[in-house]
Amino acid sequence: MKEIRWHGRGGQGAKTVSQILAQINLREGKHVQSFPEYGPERSGAPVRAFNRIAEGEIRIHSGVYEPSVVIVVDESLLDSENTTEGLASDGVLVVNTKCSAEEIRDRTDFGGTIIVLDAITIADEAGTGFPNIPMLGAAAAVLGSALETAEEEVRHTMGAKLSSDMLEKNLVALRGGYEAAKGVRVGR
Amino acid sequence: MAAKLKGWKDLPMGGVVPGGATPELNKTGSWRAERPIWNEEKCIQCLQCWLHCPDDSIMIKEQKMTGMDYDHCKGCGVCAGICPVDAIDMVPEGSAACARR
Amino acid sequence: MRKTMTGHKAVAEAMRQIEPHVVAVYPITPQSEIAEYYAEYVHDGIVRTELVAVESEHSAMSACVGAAAAGARVMTATASQGLALMVEILYIAASMRLPIVMALANRALSGPINIHCDHSDAYLARDAGAVQIFTESAQEAYDYTLIAQRIAEHKDVRLPVIVNLDGFTLTHSVQVVEPLEDARAKGYVGDFSPNYPLLDVDHPSTWGPFAMPDYYFELKRGQQAGIEAVPPVFLAAQKDYAELAGRPYEGFLEPYRLEDAERALVVMGSTAGSAKETVDALRADGEKVGLLKVRLYRPFPYTAIADALAHVDRVAVLDRALSFGTYGALYSDVATALLHRERKPILMNYIYGLGGRDTTPQQLDQVLREMKSGDPDQGLRYIGLRE
Repeated sequence: MKEIRWHGRGGQGAKTVSQILAQINLREGKHVQSFPEYGPERSGAPVRAFNRIAEGEIRIHSGVYEPSVVIVVDESLLDSENTTEGLASDGVLVVNTKCSAEEIRDRTDFGGTIIVLDAITIADEAGTGFPNIPMLGAAAAVLGSALETAEEEVRHTMGAKLSSDMLEKNLVALRGGYEAAKGVRVGR
Repeated sequence: MAAKLKGWKDLPMGGVVPGGATPELNKTGSWRAERPIWNEEKCIQCLQCWLHCPDDSIMIKEQKMTGMDYDHCKGCGVCAGICPVDAIDMVPEGSAACARR
Repeated sequence: MRKTMTGHKAVAEAMRQIEPHVVAVYPITPQSEIAEYYAEYVHDGIVRTELVAVESEHSAMSACVGAAAAGARVMTATASQGLALMVEILYIAASMRLPIVMALANRALSGPINIHCDHSDAYLARDAGAVQIFTESAQEAYDYTLIAQRIAEHKDVRLPVIVNLDGFTLTHSVQVVEPLEDARAKGYVGDFSPNYPLLDVDHPSTWGPFAMPDYYFELKRGQQAGIEAVPPVFLAAQKDYAELAGRPYEGFLEPYRLEDAERALVVMGSTAGSAKETVDALRADGEKVGLLKVRLYRPFPYTAIADALAHVDRVAVLDRALSFGTYGALYSDVATALLHRERKPILMNYIYGLGGRDTTPQQLDQVLREMKSGDPDQGLRYIGLRE
């Protein structure tokens, strides 16, 4: 079973992409959970969301304390939140940043795999403006999902709510994130 | 007078009274200490008594008062009090039977 | 088909398939989304339900009582303070034998005010006369909402049924759920034939009459017969559902690796899932431990509980609420169940998870280890509490 923790700020869509990540993995025949941590629900407040992904039925309902992947949607949280708390030393830290992986290592003291991508620039270039979808792409890549499955799920989930133009832009953003993180895999 | 009380197995589910109409079956007239006596000659058929009776005990036929429902009248005297022409007298129950005779 | 959905959505889906005539509901965290989903179905014309947007839960339950007496199939949902406000009318609904099925998104009662899960709300209503079922997952919440409908409307039962699902842990987390196709769900639930419907004006009836000392006692005894009729009805409804949906549901309880267990936990709700992980891990270490999950909480399955636990040496009963001034409510019931058995386990009572405090497999592991020894007369023990 893989456990994933998302760090974002209220309104950035971390909870939404954690749900889409669950659905991507469901498409691949996995068992999944996605749940946010509920506190004060204010725009801009630090929020955390979680995923569990397993081959078999997931029976555990308690919180995630030792994730194998941590995804930081908002770089500023590296300073205000303990984003690497409980993260396995052989785990993966994915950060939306313009900094290099080495710079992030210095800032976090994390010894495992660090993946950096500039999700804001990817989103801006795609024309969506929100970093959560590129980070979803990165998460899908890190977890070993096929890009096609991730695209299918984004089409399915967001297609009903977005214009076809905006949906295509989101798919570009998704691919951008996926490509940036490709090649790193997390073991079980 | 006391009816045999039913056991729990004989009561309808949920305390429902099938058929309804329980006030009709409950002869509250037995509670009465004073009996209203209607004087038909004095009555102007204003129906104020019917309007005010809390027990629906003023009997009406074709929009005319026809008398008292003594099975249900509790003898409160509201009808006698509201009557503008004093056509209803309240008489103690004990002597009312004699007065009627 | 397997889908991802929250516990809310799972319950709302079951409600959509049941399509009651009337839903009277007032929003309260963590139940609100159930009401919101259902209001959407009504707005979009997906269901033909009359949705009564009331001004409080007291009114919600009152509207449910009125509509159910009129002859309608009725549902509602609430949590915590909302249930507290409903309880006055819930007692009346049960005494009038009205089959109102409701989801209870378990949330701690105030105060201090809190929005997260514990079972104090369910315990508040435990003597109200409603049937109570606890669920472990969104899947179970979906399944047992359908099963509850069959139990509530059975001619011998006719009682409100509360389907408990842990607030946030189950209501707000996205899980995998495999719902039935609409036609099969509707076929399973079947049609509702009300008793003495008030809208049948050719056959008038009086509902909710006054009962004096000469009849009150007999009427309450009749109500007791209603809840005593639940066990066989529960088993039959569960069996039909298990066959239809292909689910491994059997019985009032779910024993897990209990046959040869020396130590066991008794627990209700989502924590049972986490406890299964703990049991598996300890079994791998050679520890003879097991679990008993209670599905049917009211009526309490005394005999089944005693049969399941009598052979175990030590049992820890986990209560997700304090019953101030006495042991936990589940513990007291389990103790009563075992009282007359010649061989019975040493019982311990643990209080856990109040106000949404997380309970991890590691903590349950510790309970199963420390209960090996330890004085059963110690009174209440607490999991995850700071001293």
